[in-house]
Amino acid sequence: MLQGWVIASVSFAYLGMLFAIAYFGDKRADAGRSVIANPTIYALSLAVYCTTWTFYGSVGRAASTGIGFLPTYLGPTLMAGLWWFVMLKMIRISKANRITSIADFVSSRYGKSQVLGGLVTVIAVVGVIPYISLQLKAVSNSFTILLYYPQIVMPAKAGAQPLLQDTTLYIAMILAAFTILFGTRHLDATERHEGMVAAIAFESVVKLLSFLAVGIFVTFGIYNGFGDIFNRAELMPQMRALMTVEDTGASYGNWLAMTFLAMLSIMFLPRQFQITVVENVNDRHLARAIWLFPLYLFLINIFVLPIALGGMLHFPNGDVDADTFVLTLPMVERHEALALFVFIGGLSAATGMVIVETIALSTMVCNELVMPVLLRWKALRLHEKKDISGLLLSIRRSAIALILLLGYIYFRAAGEAYALVSIGLISFAAVAQFAPAIFGGIYWKGGTREGAIIGLAAGFAVWIYTLLLPSFAKSGWLSLDFIQSGPFGVALLRPQQLFGLGGLDEISHSLFWSMLVNIGCYLIISLRRRPDVVETGQGTLFVDAFRRADSSGGSRFWRGSAQVEDLLPLIGRFLGPERAREAFLAHARQRGLASIDELQANADLVHFAETLLAGAIGGASARVMVASVVKEEPLGPDEVMNILDEASQVRAYSRQLEQKSRELEEATADLRAANEQMKEFDRMKDDFISTVTHELRTPLASIRALSEILLDDPEIKVDDRQQFAAIIVKESERLTRLINQVLDMAKIESGNAEWHTAEVDLHEVIEESLAATASLFADRRIRLDRRLAQAVPQVRVDRDRLIQVMLNLLSNAVKFCEEDRGCVTVRLSSGIDTVRVDVEDNGPGIAEADQRTIFEKFRQVGDTLTAKPQGTGLGLPISRQIIEHFGGRLWVESEPGRGASFSFILPLSGEGINPEERTEQ
Amino acid sequence: MNRSIITGQRLVAVFLFGCVLLNYPLFSLFNRPGELFGIPLLYLYLFGIWALLIGLMAFAIERRKD
Repeated sequence: MLQGWVIASVSFAYLGMLFAIAYFGDKRADAGRSVIANPTIYALSLAVYCTTWTFYGSVGRAASTGIGFLPTYLGPTLMAGLWWFVMLKMIRISKANRITSIADFVSSRYGKSQVLGGLVTVIAVVGVIPYISLQLKAVSNSFTILLYYPQIVMPAKAGAQPLLQDTTLYIAMILAAFTILFGTRHLDATERHEGMVAAIAFESVVKLLSFLAVGIFVTFGIYNGFGDIFNRAELMPQMRALMTVEDTGASYGNWLAMTFLAMLSIMFLPRQFQITVVENVNDRHLARAIWLFPLYLFLINIFVLPIALGGMLHFPNGDVDADTFVLTLPMVERHEALALFVFIGGLSAATGMVIVETIALSTMVCNELVMPVLLRWKALRLHEKKDISGLLLSIRRSAIALILLLGYIYFRAAGEAYALVSIGLISFAAVAQFAPAIFGGIYWKGGTREGAIIGLAAGFAVWIYTLLLPSFAKSGWLSLDFIQSGPFGVALLRPQQLFGLGGLDEISHSLFWSMLVNIGCYLIISLRRRPDVVETGQGTLFVDAFRRADSSGGSRFWRGSAQVEDLLPLIGRFLGPERAREAFLAHARQRGLASIDELQANADLVHFAETLLAGAIGGASARVMVASVVKEEPLGPDEVMNILDEASQVRAYSRQLEQKSRELEEATADLRAANEQMKEFDRMKDDFISTVTHELRTPLASIRALSEILLDDPEIKVDDRQQFAAIIVKESERLTRLINQVLDMAKIESGNAEWHTAEVDLHEVIEESLAATASLFADRRIRLDRRLAQAVPQVRVDRDRLIQVMLNLLSNAVKFCEEDRGCVTVRLSSGIDTVRVDVEDNGPGIAEADQRTIFEKFRQVGDTLTAKPQGTGLGLPISRQIIEHFGGRLWVESEPGRGASFSFILPLSGEGINPEERTEQ
Repeated sequence: MNRSIITGQRLVAVFLFGCVLLNYPLFSLFNRPGELFGIPLLYLYLFGIWALLIGLMAFAIERRKD
């Protein structure tokens, strides 16, 4: 027995997970690391096409029409083949013009007409809200059925739940909260909701897995594979009929019509437009979706017929509704967990559809119905408000709540009515009415506003007459006479056999008449006059979308005068002053200007402002608002034509020009690189000369000092003389080596110096350095304090380079010590994986401010005006370069008046010190 | 751009191919009782063609090098 609270808590836990995913998706989007910028996620999110009508309904339709459920999924597969051109074009157009909904798309195309936008919105709302109700109904039904587990009770017999105990009500409320939270987080100029899309993609995975699980269970668990089910079904005559379709012309006609209808639905259902076009992150993602999305449809359909047949075999007396087989088959087999999983799958199918559809509809209702009215309503004084972005958001949020409320009310009111149960295809037929205006709009420049309006309105009217009203009649809300004998008994006007056309099913019948009237009106009315200036401009933008890569294309059809001071506050009122300022600044920067003040209020800027605004309130309202602050001088039709004719010539020229300028740019880049290289050489030469003089001086000084002692003091002991001579020889050798190394210096700078790395004992290095500087110490009578730890591990360095460093540090220490009283301490110690050497003096010390600069080239401490410089200022930088080359670091610690301590550490066995440690100083 | 257009044209070809295969009259050739490998003929035909179309589209798209 599945308790109600178990089912409810699992459902709410699932919805909680959706919140978490959406929250995560939004966080990542804010951090600039989108989770949905991925073609697979995009393809999965498109599967919002599969609602409960697929999840539960496909099996039901398969049980009554057999293979006839398939065109609904074959159509989108075929259509996907055209997406490469058609859908890509719609995405490009929408991105360039900041289109926010399908209503905005249609209205923008025909000169940003508010009437058209409103009409499309009305059609979408009327056609789609019952579909939302159907989703809620499916959730409610599946919940009720599951509640009676393990009995199989049909919801119709179980009776409706009291309002406050109706889980569906709470689910609808949670969905409203979700949609408000993740659908209207802020007014985005692009109207994209990354968190929501992430959740939808996740839902697609859940419903597919769930359906596959039950399919596999029925096919291989209850029966022995496909062959077994089909063999058993073959024996039942009424099931055998399901394997084929009726072999009549009308039946093939229905098949074609269903495929065609599905092809249009996949393009024009508001939720599909929202996900495919508006939420698209990158139009390259479309490529993968073209085959991955049909593959998804394929997978979710493989088991539909087996489940339908399996269910009919299992419940032969027909007391179980085929729509519930997906759920009732696992239940009757006592598979509790699977039944629960199926319920969650159905829930995911329902919630995904409801969320996306509600966002799409609320955007339309807000931008195309409410805003145009509010903006015209002078009494509201909206024009005087500084910032109405908050108002916009509240309208969106209220629209979401209202749409879901309407959906819920209709679900409660209609119950088992035919009008609700059959809404799936009826809803498809409603949105199919958008097809002529949109396809015509993106491939034909001749369509006009009146053509689109009248075509749409007429098609919609026929749809109401031939589908919606009959469905009301069948639900008992209208007299059945209306269908059977026509209005007022006029048989010719019978809504489902209009003018006596029989044989087709009701959907195909309605589709035929509505399309005929829709396309007919669109063409005939459009051809009555030439498109006006605005229509031509917009038509060119839409039809030539691929050719016009630059988004500023729209500005060429505009001439007039505007002020930045007028435009900026206008945009600020809708987007918020901060965001508007940011957007304008970005626009200015893009044009190489430093600030908003430098922006020229030209056609380009006006177009930019209008597009920006269109992202928030829709194209039609945006045009009206911008027109209110801009003095427009309309172009005549001839001028527009001239612009268009010129455009093709200009394109040819500009292509040549582009080629030339590309070549020029390449040549410039080459020259610039050569110039940089020369500057680099020049700098290296300077460094080189300075380095040479400095580095040669130190060993020369010691050679000279020792030679002078030998020369001046003939009485010197033989031993000492030998020692001095040996040092002189050694120093001379080192001098020679140094000269070679100094020549290498240029190489160090350019990064290809030679390093003679070997295992080196630091004791030896220090002793050798001390011996070489002994005379310096002796000269200045400076005491030397050796504190060398025994048994220090060897390090891998270049011995001569390290001696160079030691000599530099020692000579510096001696230099800065006071004569007679000076004392230099040399320490050697080892850490865990480093060896440390300190050279400490008791000289004047180095001020905090200078501690950094002494490591810069040619910088010396001390007052250079009064005191004589005591070196070239290259020793320390070179030393630091050497130490860092071996992965160590060299630094100084000092307080003025307390001497200075230069220390370096070197890593053992060539492993570098970790970076944190190195940057800490 | 050329490569992109040729991919698009291949996909349109798949679309036309699919329209022909999935509708009257070719459709009617398989619209009869009978089975193959224990699976009804029409069901097998439709799903087979469907898989083929998806395969062709995937091939056209994923093979392009750009």
